[in-house]
Amino acid sequence: MAGNNTQLVSMLVQIADDHLILGHRLSEWCGHAPMLEEDLSMPNMALDLIGQARQLYTLAAELEGGQRTEDDLAYLRSDREYRNCLLVEKGNVDFAHTMLKQFYFAAFMKPFWQQSLNSTHKAFAAIAGKAVKEISYHIRHCGEWIIRLGDGTEESAARTRAAVAELHPYTQELFWMDPRHRSLVTSGVIPDVSLIASDWQSTVDRVFREARLSVPDVEYPLSGGREGRHTEEFGLLLAELQYMQRTYPGAQW
Amino acid sequence: MYSQGLLGANTDTDETEDFLAAFQARIDAEEKIEPNDPMPAAYRKTLIRMISQHAHSEIVGMLPEGNWITRAPSLRRKVALLAKVQDEGGHGLYLYSAAETLGVSREQLTEELLSGKAKYSSIFNYPTPTWADIGAIGWLVDGAAIMNQVPLCRCSYGPYARAMIRVCKEESFHQRQGYELMRKLTRGTDEQKAMAQDALNRWWWPSLMMFGPSDTDSQHSDQSMKWKIKRFTNDELRQKFVDATVPQAELIGLTMPDEHLSWNESKNNGEGGYDFGEIDWDEFWRVVKGHGMMNKDRIATRKKAWDDGAWVREAALAHARKTRERKEAA
Repeated sequence: MAGNNTQLVSMLVQIADDHLILGHRLSEWCGHAPMLEEDLSMPNMALDLIGQARQLYTLAAELEGGQRTEDDLAYLRSDREYRNCLLVEKGNVDFAHTMLKQFYFAAFMKPFWQQSLNSTHKAFAAIAGKAVKEISYHIRHCGEWIIRLGDGTEESAARTRAAVAELHPYTQELFWMDPRHRSLVTSGVIPDVSLIASDWQSTVDRVFREARLSVPDVEYPLSGGREGRHTEEFGLLLAELQYMQRTYPGAQW
Repeated sequence: MYSQGLLGANTDTDETEDFLAAFQARIDAEEKIEPNDPMPAAYRKTLIRMISQHAHSEIVGMLPEGNWITRAPSLRRKVALLAKVQDEGGHGLYLYSAAETLGVSREQLTEELLSGKAKYSSIFNYPTPTWADIGAIGWLVDGAAIMNQVPLCRCSYGPYARAMIRVCKEESFHQRQGYELMRKLTRGTDEQKAMAQDALNRWWWPSLMMFGPSDTDSQHSDQSMKWKIKRFTNDELRQKFVDATVPQAELIGLTMPDEHLSWNESKNNGEGGYDFGEIDWDEFWRVVKGHGMMNKDRIATRKKAWDDGAWVREAALAHARKTRERKEAA
């Protein structure tokens, strides 16, 4: 069980990292959105994501023995220790990139949370119960935007196609099953992420069809975040995220 | 959407003495004036100016605090700040809708903000260089805003009064949150205490300026009081704010940056109140006229967001049009 516990902590931190970093990127829009309604809904989704990250970090901190807090996990690790996938750390570029990135991630997390509702780990199942409702809204909101942008003006369609071309190669990493977490699947704690791909694909197909976008064939997928190898822009994100904790070590806020 | 039908409607009134007297009688009887009611052109104009300035202030006000969302020192503070800035956007939306009931569109008001024609609260032209500024804004700026806004819940114009009820509830939560943030700093390390005092030093006087020019110099007060758009004068509200805030600073061990601050028992009809130093009105007018540290930056940032978002708004309209046309063709 001790081994299983270490694996679960590592898995929880990995999911929490995805949510924190994606929420952080989304929060960069706050006050700069294309319209006031999006200045409300993007922070709303960021709040969902960071809220989920907090629950996951807190559970991980408890399971590893209570020496660390959610903030220690969120702020006081080096770049190699963050296990978020590369997709979520990608910069915003424009509104099409952001909506697509959110959509790709939400389309992955929805089946993930749905299958986690029956997790043999009760506390994890409880987190899934709240998250699954929130993530369904993200799919709807971002999916509707992909449709409007893909089937809007020439410019919006071109920007959306550019976002697809840039971000699609990062999506395969979502379905990479870390061998270290394999036993968690066997014991029914987490779903097998490699089996979520078809569910994800059908959500993407449905929205892309309506958005008049085509799903590209990816010859050279990009990955690395799950093993702690990140992009250059991730270091800058961490510099901002960790600034206060690093500048004033040990202070309480 | 409810207000859409009012945009561009004919709002001309024949402002005879009888009309004005009848309008004033409704005001005096504390009746609420509603969107479709006849009202003097100047009443409408004053309200559009006030409500839109208020809405613009909420929107521009998202920027100085938004500056710290990505650097908030803990996850708890990060979500609280995100939610707060989001609330401000919500207030802006609410208030633009209230302004639309008077026959102006949000687009029109936005253009006036971006062209520099419309004003917003000058306080947001000050920078937020440290985390303590987030506490100071919540405590002082939202605190001053509440003093201004609570009486507006009884404003004679119905949609504005009703919007203010919700806005005030949220602002009062923000004010307590800001004060709690400051209190935490004053109980922290020496660096944190110094950060809190420094923020208070920078924000105290600009907060007092938020109540506007002194009553002897205010252009808009008299008629607005008569129409019960405003209920208290600038100086009355400023005094209330000082009296409420000085003890809060003392309680957490911070010092107001005013050597003339002293308790005066005879103030406020013998109830007592604080005497305080003279506001630097040159600074006030300099910033109002566009020469504060962040004036140009704030407008440039809003303009960039608006311009960069144009293709998104166009796409949404184009898609709606296509969908409608396809439905009609089917």
